[in-house]
Amino acid sequence: MHELAVTQSILGVVLDHAAKANATKVTKIYLVIGDLSSIVDESVQFYWEIIAKDTLAEQAELVFQRVAATFRCLECQTVYQLDGQAVFCPSCGSSRIEVLGGEEFYIEAIDIET
Amino acid sequence: MSEQRISIIQNILSANDAIAENNRQLLKQARLFSINLMASPGAGKTTLIEQTIKNLTNELRILVIDGDIATTFDADRASAAGATAIQINTGGDCHLDAVMLNKALLQADLYQFDLLIVENVGNLVCPASFDLGTALNVLVASVPEGHDKPHKYPSMYRGVDYVILNKIDLLPYVDFDVEFFRKGLEALNPSVDLLLVSCRTGEGLSRWFQWLHKRINEYRTLLVE
Repeated sequence: MHELAVTQSILGVVLDHAAKANATKVTKIYLVIGDLSSIVDESVQFYWEIIAKDTLAEQAELVFQRVAATFRCLECQTVYQLDGQAVFCPSCGSSRIEVLGGEEFYIEAIDIET
Repeated sequence: MSEQRISIIQNILSANDAIAENNRQLLKQARLFSINLMASPGAGKTTLIEQTIKNLTNELRILVIDGDIATTFDADRASAAGATAIQINTGGDCHLDAVMLNKALLQADLYQFDLLIVENVGNLVCPASFDLGTALNVLVASVPEGHDKPHKYPSMYRGVDYVILNKIDLLPYVDFDVEFFRKGLEALNPSVDLLLVSCRTGEGLSRWFQWLHKRINEYRTLLVE
């Protein structure tokens, strides 16, 4: 549901950097989004087509790099990804775990024409 | 015409985060300790706020900022309980953001209060992404929601500083496994404390009030240093 606000933020950051680089057009936007961040790519794409209209980034392609939610068990060192079950270690059942990836939420780069 | 790639590496919500930092500084200047209270709809946020106001009104001057999509029901309840309350209607947004809180903060004389409670929109997904600039984030979970919620909403459970499990008076009637809930919470957020309360019977609330006093004192001490 908060993809509209997220999409507006992406546009703001992109246009800011495009202006600083004297871009005439933004052609690609590289986003890195972890699976723990609760963002739906299709919703961002949907809003993008509406709010980017009539801006330098109107034609830009959104490239989503998704990062899986990855954990490591601190008891048995098993590294695992969530498969729809509880977050506990699938090997030994421990709740002593750490997050290795999946919380990424940033704009990595843009391609521009000048 | 030439093409080039510009490296950015910038948090998507960096604009929100900058305003959240601004809010944090405003609150520090006023020495006003603040919490962002989050929960699903119906978990008991407003009832907890009412209880807090009624019990602490002689000790603390409390400001409540209430976020809802529509209505002033929650701010009305906080006012009726004896606090100063400001309602923010998000007009459809499923969460508060730092800009909305900033506007509300500018409406109040922050120096006149000891405790600010920001009641976020009832939702376990979106509010987790938006830093507001409060000192701490507090989650109210409740027994009828079920003990599996940490696993279903990991980003919310990872981002909070304190968890209150409300409606424990219903435990005899609901299949809620407190230890399973506690284990899920520990897995995602090992350092967080869990407090069991019933806002209806008052059980456990004295520890919540003690926690608030302790955090307010710590906050002020850190500011002096």
